[in-house]
Amino acid sequence: MTDQAISAPRRESSLLRLVKGAALIRESWVGMVGLAIIVFWVLVALLADVLAPFPPNATGAAMTLPGGPAADGSSVHWLGTDHLGRDILSRIIHGSRQVLLYAPLATLCAYIVGIPMGLAAGYRRGLTDDVLSFIANVILSFPVLVLYIIIIATIGASGFNIVIAVTFASAPGIMRIVRGLVLDLRNREYVFAAETRGESAWRIMMIEILPNARGPLIVDSCLRLGYVIITIGTLGFLGLGLPPPDPDWGGMITETRSFITFMPHMVVFPCLAISSLVLGFNLLADGLREVSLRD
Amino acid sequence: MVLTMLVVSLLLFLLLEINVEGVAIKVLGAYSSDQQREIWLETNGYFDPLPVRYARWLGNAVVGDFGDSVRFKVPVSEILPGRIWNTAILGFWALLIASIIGLFLGVIAGMREGSGLDRTVSVGSIVTTSVPEIASAPLLAALFVFYLPQTIGWGLPGTSSMAGGFDWVQLILPITVLVLYDFGYIARMTRASMAEVMMTHYIRTAVLKGLPYGTVIRKHALRNALIAPFTVIMLQINWLLSGVIVVEVFFAYKGFGSLLLEASLNQDIFLIEACAMVAVFVAVGTQTLADIGYTYLNPRIRFS
Repeated sequence: MTDQAISAPRRESSLLRLVKGAALIRESWVGMVGLAIIVFWVLVALLADVLAPFPPNATGAAMTLPGGPAADGSSVHWLGTDHLGRDILSRIIHGSRQVLLYAPLATLCAYIVGIPMGLAAGYRRGLTDDVLSFIANVILSFPVLVLYIIIIATIGASGFNIVIAVTFASAPGIMRIVRGLVLDLRNREYVFAAETRGESAWRIMMIEILPNARGPLIVDSCLRLGYVIITIGTLGFLGLGLPPPDPDWGGMITETRSFITFMPHMVVFPCLAISSLVLGFNLLADGLREVSLRD
Repeated sequence: MVLTMLVVSLLLFLLLEINVEGVAIKVLGAYSSDQQREIWLETNGYFDPLPVRYARWLGNAVVGDFGDSVRFKVPVSEILPGRIWNTAILGFWALLIASIIGLFLGVIAGMREGSGLDRTVSVGSIVTTSVPEIASAPLLAALFVFYLPQTIGWGLPGTSSMAGGFDWVQLILPITVLVLYDFGYIARMTRASMAEVMMTHYIRTAVLKGLPYGTVIRKHALRNALIAPFTVIMLQINWLLSGVIVVEVFFAYKGFGSLLLEASLNQDIFLIEACAMVAVFVAVGTQTLADIGYTYLNPRIRFS
């Protein structure tokens, strides 16, 4: 009995705390709507093979209107077909895989590069900070799309190169955010305590400082994911994205936009798909910010 | 600012011109002989040491001589100014309209934080900034070029190539696309700034001493609330340049953005260099202006 009273209360496992923290999003209906949209698209991407009524690159009758019959007579092209007779619904469903693979991957890479840079700049200060901040300033002074066009035009268009370009262009922004957070956190008592214990600098940055900076970073990562989706779509639109014929939303828009004066359905649905996914991430970010500011 | 431009120019130069053979192939074409390339490189001084080449390139760039465009077969300096002017027209009106709408919505939303109007403006601006230009341009074009002419017999032209001379009507859709994407961010930033000002003591004092609400807003709140949005609007120019590229490509507008893309797709390196330098110059210039303007507008910084 006394033993129990003296012993410190057991700490909840970190997994449980994470789940509880994530559950807070229920308090914001905006965030819930965003989450629902994202979950919807993730499910679509996972179940693409089951959901898509046609293979994404199979051709049939060209320029069928939405709801038109397919060549076999029994199935229906719910969203019509494009100029090569490929089923638009199936291409959108399969295209979600490309987006939901490359956008999170590229964002993750940008964070893997940006976070250590920000930690080092904010914690070590001095020359490290000056050099890293100057590099970030130079990269961020490019209008983003100009930077992407130059990089992709130089190294070529492929999924891997898009990840490189996004990492290169986004890491400085992440570095700035992390640096700002660290400048605030490095003066906390638990950091001094760790320094007194003689912990190594990288251990202090990764174990003491980084976990306490997670709140703003989670919100930022949602916004950034939305933005990376726009970027990948825009590169596809400009003809610098993933190589055809595999479906890619931005590429679908650019392939069919010349038919807009008489067959607008071919271009409208990919536009709605990409907008809804970006909207999902932006709403989720707004909900998360609202919830995190509340307490 | 000068230092940033120098480093940017060095980066660009290294990225595009470090491979001498590559430059010759891009300029003379893939089917030129080794001998031709050798002669071309020799006469243009490409066998000089790298620092010498960079210094010469930079010196020429400063006075506006970027060399000849491979694709258009004329000096870059002949094509560029007209294209920049076209983009300036597009960007100026888009920024002006987006700023007016954004500031107005932001101020009325921030006046009463948490009200229904505030929520509507906040969510509305998230929605409009979630529709990227690559989606809003086709959607608006489909509406005004296809659906509206079919139903009510009135629409707008879907291209802005200005084939028959300058035409304001052709600018409506491109400007709308840019405004739709950009005003939301300005509105949100203005709203945050306004909401912050409304919480301050001097506003409470002004309300409590019985001033009319309109006077409090106009004379006391607005001046302070509009300092932060000024910076936001100036920095928005950097983003606008990205949007302009998409819009110009989609509507076939002969501006600076479509020129840059065309140059990139055709590996027209001197034109890429010129366009990139101009873009970075505009971006860095507006950033510097934003800093100067902020100091000027905010007396707390000016006198500290």
